[in-house]
Amino acid sequence: MDARSFLFYVFAAVTVFAAVRVVTARNPVHSALFLVLTFFSTAAIWLMLKAEFLAITLVLVYIGAVMVLFLFVVMMLDINLDKMRQGFWRNAALGGVIALVIFFELALVLWFHFSDIRMVDAPALPPTYSNTQELGRVLYTDYVYPFEIAAVVLLVAIIAAIALTLRRRKDSKYQNVAEQVRVKRSDRVRLVSIPSQSKQASSGQ
Amino acid sequence: MTVTLAHYLVLGALMFAIGVVGIFLNRRNLIVVLMAIELMLLAVNINFIAFSHFLGDIAGQIFVFFILTVAAAESAIGLAILVVLFRNLDTVSVEELDTLKG
Amino acid sequence: MKTSYLVAAFAPLAGALIAGLFGRQIGRAGAHWVTILAVLASFLASVSVLRDVLAGDTFNGTLYSWSIIGDLRFEIGFLIDSLTATMMTVVTFVSLMVHVYTVGYMRDDPGYQRFFAYISLFTFAMMMLVMANNFLQLFFGWEAVGLVSYLLIGFWYTRPTAIYANLKAFLVNRVGDLGFLLGIGLVVAFFGSLDYVEVFKAAPEQAAATLNLLGAAEWSLLTVICICLFIGAMGKSAQFPLHVWLPDSMEGPTPISALIHAATMVTAGIFMVARMSPLFELSDTALSFVLVIGAITALFMGLLGIVQNDIKRVVAYSTLSQLGYMTVALGASAYSVAIFHLMTHAFFKALLFLAAGSVIIAMHHEQDIRKMGGLRKYLPITWITALIGTLALIGTPFFSGFYSKDLIIEAVRYANVPGAGFAYFAVTAGVFVTALYSFRMYFLVFHGTERFGHGGHDVAHSPHAPAAETAHAVAVHGRGDPDPLHHGASHEAGAEKGHGEHARPAAHAHDEHHGPPQETPAVVTVPLLLLAIPSVLIGLFTVGPMIFGEFLRDAIFVDERHPAMAQLASHWHGWFAMGTHAFVTLVFWLAPASAVVAWYLYLVRPELSERIRQRAGALYRLLDNKYYMDQINDFVFAGGARRLGAGLWRGGDQVLIDGVAVNGSARLVGWFAGVARWMQTGYIFHYAITMIVGIAVLLGWFLLPLVLR
Repeated sequence: MDARSFLFYVFAAVTVFAAVRVVTARNPVHSALFLVLTFFSTAAIWLMLKAEFLAITLVLVYIGAVMVLFLFVVMMLDINLDKMRQGFWRNAALGGVIALVIFFELALVLWFHFSDIRMVDAPALPPTYSNTQELGRVLYTDYVYPFEIAAVVLLVAIIAAIALTLRRRKDSKYQNVAEQVRVKRSDRVRLVSIPSQSKQASSGQ
Repeated sequence: MTVTLAHYLVLGALMFAIGVVGIFLNRRNLIVVLMAIELMLLAVNINFIAFSHFLGDIAGQIFVFFILTVAAAESAIGLAILVVLFRNLDTVSVEELDTLKG
Repeated sequence: MKTSYLVAAFAPLAGALIAGLFGRQIGRAGAHWVTILAVLASFLASVSVLRDVLAGDTFNGTLYSWSIIGDLRFEIGFLIDSLTATMMTVVTFVSLMVHVYTVGYMRDDPGYQRFFAYISLFTFAMMMLVMANNFLQLFFGWEAVGLVSYLLIGFWYTRPTAIYANLKAFLVNRVGDLGFLLGIGLVVAFFGSLDYVEVFKAAPEQAAATLNLLGAAEWSLLTVICICLFIGAMGKSAQFPLHVWLPDSMEGPTPISALIHAATMVTAGIFMVARMSPLFELSDTALSFVLVIGAITALFMGLLGIVQNDIKRVVAYSTLSQLGYMTVALGASAYSVAIFHLMTHAFFKALLFLAAGSVIIAMHHEQDIRKMGGLRKYLPITWITALIGTLALIGTPFFSGFYSKDLIIEAVRYANVPGAGFAYFAVTAGVFVTALYSFRMYFLVFHGTERFGHGGHDVAHSPHAPAAETAHAVAVHGRGDPDPLHHGASHEAGAEKGHGEHARPAAHAHDEHHGPPQETPAVVTVPLLLLAIPSVLIGLFTVGPMIFGEFLRDAIFVDERHPAMAQLASHWHGWFAMGTHAFVTLVFWLAPASAVVAWYLYLVRPELSERIRQRAGALYRLLDNKYYMDQINDFVFAGGARRLGAGLWRGGDQVLIDGVAVNGSARLVGWFAGVARWMQTGYIFHYAITMIVGIAVLLGWFLLPLVLR
């Protein structure tokens, strides 16, 4: 086989192995690290498919930011490992069957339909082809609207993450206008009936 | 044999299936479930890149762009929820989350 | 449209509305003056109408068009011809007499104004009925008189027997009305119109038309229509088997027994059949049906009159029997004779009822004839008028009842529809029976030993309102009888004015020290005298023109296949000749023979009647229980309806609707929710797994067929 195919098989094998270790590792830190490996090898595959910008993005953003976040969280939470592993293999059978079913269905269809399109049949690219330039050319013209929405999604993610995990100081004082408006008279005033005392009784003889 | 489009697609399918297995197997560990979800998203991305290359259409890569964005946002929020959950329940076991039981 | 028509119909309505709605404001005197004047106006208008009709001035026109639906017109209109004029005059005259009588009879009743309002309202309803020119108005009047009868029978609504009686009357009438409505419906369906003239014109064309009822049986259309209409008449005119309400209707005050259940409402059915003579003449079957039902009623109801002990009940059964006579005349196609008997009967039966009421007043609410006797010394006017009424009833020659009854018997003799033979036997035997019960009542009340005043007054009494009683007693016993509840021996003249019926609400203990009965006041006796005059005279004056003259010719149609009227006409030689001829017929002698029997059994040897009663035990019990009709009705129809209702309530309502439909659907939803609950485990990954399995299934669903091609 040619080099290209060989490289593909190598990277594919690493990817699959790492993916399997992600789901079967006992230690969640190991799972996270194996996931990093998966992403690396996938980036390599993407490079082979001449999608270098996305491959670099995968490494920089995904591994560099998202996986680091994962690792932070994993290390922050104090997880009881033994309890985690209980019941692991009980569900393996059913899970394995379902996964095999899904895999075979997909593989069958995909193989039979697309096995005649070889690498060399892909449209030829000019020598000055720059993936980044191509992406940029389309992204800010045809797809500018989804681009903006993606920006909003990220904004929402930021705000949501902060809003969910923010711990307030217990002694900070602030005004809650909605509560102020909702106040009722009965919350503030209470009428008490006090029997009156006569002047003679209270004054001296 | 020569690597064809089908190889890449089967790779994607395999990754997806492994992600599914991951959800099945790790019901006690929510973090690994999140990671399995990342795997599934990755599988889809592989498919898109493969098709983009073989069809010469850049739109596939654009789509991967956005999937990456959304996946990042989703894992950020998911982990935030996980942290809050852990603060309240002191566990990340999914089985403990049954207060919505009908 | 003459004003006399409008006055005749609507003056009583105006009087009723004023007395009814403003009774309290205008007071008792105001109420009775308004209504009496209104009915007097109506009577004078009716007399004016009669004069016009005798001069040939008839009328048929619409007063108000209520609704027009397609070709069908719902209108208020008047048809004024000889038949209508006769009925109008009779109704208003008897109503006027009853109005005046009521002033005395109901004097102490707290519902005084209400009563006058009701009887005026009744007069209005009856006038609308007889003046109608279409079936809709006839039905309106029909229902309205039934309604007012219900209100009046239950006038003393705190008495349970009165409520039972008025409900019974209304329900039995309803059964008849069902048939009536079916008849009207058939008329509308097949003739397309409710107007009399149009229907009568179209009737001969439909003479051969048939109707498909009950499977394959083909019935003559006109027979079905006529029988359905007659069923309405059976209810209203109390023919067997729908007669059961009339005796119970005696729970109402005596004035209304006279007005409604003797002279006017019960004759509505007879009037209706006479009016529908063009239809009935086309159906021999219907005429035969009418004849047989009438004959049964005439004979068997008369037999029941012999064993009654309540004075009003005797007269009630007499009314039933006489209605049977009228119906028999209708069946024999002698419509004018039936109307003639209707008229004479109205007079002498109203007279008999009012006389009975007078006796009741004088006897301080006692109605049992076994506790009367020898009253002719004390109540001379009542006695004479009651005797006149009785003689008229049994058919004494030259009295009015003689002409009408004998003409009926003759007409039946010449009738040729099936059942005529039985009918002839029934009406002839009925002469004997009529005289028997009439003279039994007469002898027991007015002759013989005095059986009253020896205790037995107090128990069944329901007295007056104490206030009225006290005021009245103070007025009478002005010279200081200390105890107002005791009417001592110091009864002066101006005796018990209007004590009213046996069953007035409130409770005082009458004790036995009544003085001898006194004649009732003039407001009571004058109507008696006024009714006695036509009871004697109207027969011989009107028989010629009414039956054999042209008077009713325009209103009544007789087909030549039914020879009764023609035969009667051929034997007619004038009223005097008919009167004297009677003495040589067998039928006539049945009456005095029966009077002699009554005299013997009840005056000479009263213990003999007692022995006969004991020996004929079973027969007596049959008569006493009114042929067990009440028990049958109560068990089968009323009880059956109640059982059906209970069954439907338990089975249909509780089990089916509540249990299965309402609660069952709720239970089903609950069960389903219980099953669906199992899906909600609360575990997130259960949901995730469900999603994944779902994906696998979906994939397989769509992809495998492609793969395994």
